[in-house]
Amino acid sequence: MHNPDRPVEVEVVERVAETPSIYTLHLRFTDPEVASAYRLLPGQYNMLYLYGVGEVPISIVSDPDHEGPLEHTIRSVGRVTEGMERLQVGDRMGLRGPYGRGWPLEEAEGRDVVIVTGGLGCAPVVSMIRYVLSRRERFGRLVILQGVKHTDDLIWRRQYERWQALPNTQVLLAADVGGPNWPFSVGKVTVLFNQANIDRDRSIVMLCGPEVMMKASIDRLLALNVPPESMWLSIERNMQCGIGHCGHCQVGPYFVCQDGPVFHYPALRPWLGVTGF
Amino acid sequence: METSARFLPRSSVDSLFDAIRHEGFSRLVGPVVRDGAIVYREIASAADLPRGMRDRQAPGTYRLESQDDSVRTFSWANGPQALKPMTFAPREALWRCERDESGGLGFRDAAQEHEPTAVIGVRACDLAALQIQEQHFLKPPYPDPHYAARRSSLFLVAVHCSHPADTCFCASTGDGPRAESGYDLAMSELDEGFVVTGGTDRGRAVLASMGLDPASSLQQDKADREVEAAALGQGRSLPSRNLKDALYARLEHPHWDQVGRRCLSCGNCTAVCPTCFCHAEQDEPALTGETSEHLRQWDSCFTAVHSYMGHFLVREETRLRYRQWLTHKLASWHEQYGRSGCVGCGRCIAWCPVGIDITAEVAALMESGDAQS
Ligand SMILES: Cc1cc2nc3c(=O)[nH]c(=O)nc-3n(C[C@H](O)[C@H](O)[C@H](O)COP(=O)(O)OP(=O)(O)OC[C@H]3O[C@@H](n4cnc5c(N)ncnc54)[C@H](O)[C@@H]3O)c2cc1C
Ligand code: SF4
Ligand code: SF4
Ligand code: FES
Repeated sequence: MHNPDRPVEVEVVERVAETPSIYTLHLRFTDPEVASAYRLLPGQYNMLYLYGVGEVPISIVSDPDHEGPLEHTIRSVGRVTEGMERLQVGDRMGLRGPYGRGWPLEEAEGRDVVIVTGGLGCAPVVSMIRYVLSRRERFGRLVILQGVKHTDDLIWRRQYERWQALPNTQVLLAADVGGPNWPFSVGKVTVLFNQANIDRDRSIVMLCGPEVMMKASIDRLLALNVPPESMWLSIERNMQCGIGHCGHCQVGPYFVCQDGPVFHYPALRPWLGVTGF
Repeated sequence: METSARFLPRSSVDSLFDAIRHEGFSRLVGPVVRDGAIVYREIASAADLPRGMRDRQAPGTYRLESQDDSVRTFSWANGPQALKPMTFAPREALWRCERDESGGLGFRDAAQEHEPTAVIGVRACDLAALQIQEQHFLKPPYPDPHYAARRSSLFLVAVHCSHPADTCFCASTGDGPRAESGYDLAMSELDEGFVVTGGTDRGRAVLASMGLDPASSLQQDKADREVEAAALGQGRSLPSRNLKDALYARLEHPHWDQVGRRCLSCGNCTAVCPTCFCHAEQDEPALTGETSEHLRQWDSCFTAVHSYMGHFLVREETRLRYRQWLTHKLASWHEQYGRSGCVGCGRCIAWCPVGIDITAEVAALMESGDAQS
């Protein structure tokens, strides 16, 4: 029986410092056979392994049809992620995946795609944004609402500015605390709904970020008569195995590692915002 | 192959053990008394079995008593140790990573050789729990080879329960006291010996190789009556219906606070529970720096780290951990595995240091229909 817990070796081929505590690793499989068999969907994640320290779940930001290395954008917060920050080009690590359910690509075809994201929870939606942008004709409008705490938390700022200039695309940004060079809104992401141009019948909404932010945003969307069936969200829980065995990621009946991390809102509705789940 | 019940005289139990060894299961594990409790350890012969031992169990209490006039060796209900550690090890390596001089990493599977072992005296509740754990660990698309290897090394000899403890309630969950499936051989103990039936081809082969007489209908009736009495004698119960909706409707019930104030969040209940599957993973690098082992180790939803998210815990308060445990066992388990996650073994009641009783807590939660008050 194949051992689903065992990673394979990958090599760091590029390392980008996004902010003082956020970095992007581009990882290449050292075994070409593994590389050619690997298939991913936007919204899925990998378990990344740092030698001698441990494994962590990290979203994949690469495009599924891109043949090059896999991109992971990581924030240093603890043992594993701080250790990974010290990796250099040429260093080896472990990877297994991809795991979980990604964004609903088929449901999204032909519709306006509304992305709502807050905090640093943007990695899972970046893959989706890139997916839409490189297949522009298959989707309607792209609306991106992004909230951050501090203005300098906004990674991919240049990317956002580039997206803003694209046709059929609306990008709205808000920071809890504004700053001298912050041309956008100040406040929670929910302040952006007034400015957003959301067609309730044509839109599919994808949310990612702190759960209070997502819940508040969903309430606003419901008030705009966006049907619950049009909303999807990506959540995080403690994950040790990624394959439905260790039990840490449970939310009610779900194993977030496999049943998520992307959920259809109606399925998650009873649990969203209930303290303790 | 014939399947009718056979009679094993008490004096021939060692011949049964020999026949099992002959089938390829050289190591025997059975109930023995250790540190005042009945647990499963390696045994050599029938003489190692806990003759005349009776247990007294109550919330927060477990005590053994010796009855010198009894010849019986299975007149007890389960102690703290379930079958679980033999299939889902408390701590085991999943893989090993080797690092060469140039920094290259090689990932190797942990060795998975387990000596074929026969377990003597498995109880119905533990067999039911085994089926639940199999559903969990062997479900597609990622069946767990570590679990599978341990499971396939076992030959299981069930003994139907004739002496349930006061904490047992398997009759109400439908998981005992008779072992219904999942065993190779099943036995009922009478004073003069055992009524034995086969559950698998290899179990029946063992039985056939012994040339035993058929059990008389008198012996079979007596054995059946003891098991029936064991079911009727159980004082505790859980409602036999699916409690999912009732519990989900009571997530804000004040009783969670009440039990949360008594609970020590020690995790004993999850450690003794035969169905709990949670585990943590961790790396253990060798001091030489050339290899690191990746291990899994039992964990519990009563620990703080279980729900650790870096900047916060999903379940900071004890009442939330108790609610996670109970609603997982009795509500969400139905959605995950099509049945409740409790087999009525009563271990969590006896081994709770403050005597929290799952049946009483459920009754208290259900008593008030005013769910949201
Ligand atoms: C599906 C999913 C996708 C994620 N994608 C990204 C991403 O793209 N970029 C990114 O920077 N972070 C991401 N995270 C969060 C990231 O996994 C944690 O920050 C990381 O596990 C922290 O590990 P640590 O050892 O450095 O920190 P420590 O604080 O030392 O954590 C110890 C252990 O606790 C667990 N843990 C702690 N925080 C989290 C958490 N937030 N989520 C899950 N497990 C946690 C891990 O097992 C971790 O090893 C994602 C989490 C999930 C569940
Ligand atoms: S919850 Fe308690 S009674 Fe039920 S199976 Fe687990 S330990 Fe036994
Ligand atoms: S979440 Fe709690 S009750 Fe459920 S399997 Fe894990 S330890 Fe047991
Ligand atoms: S991460 Fe282990 S069960 Fe989901």
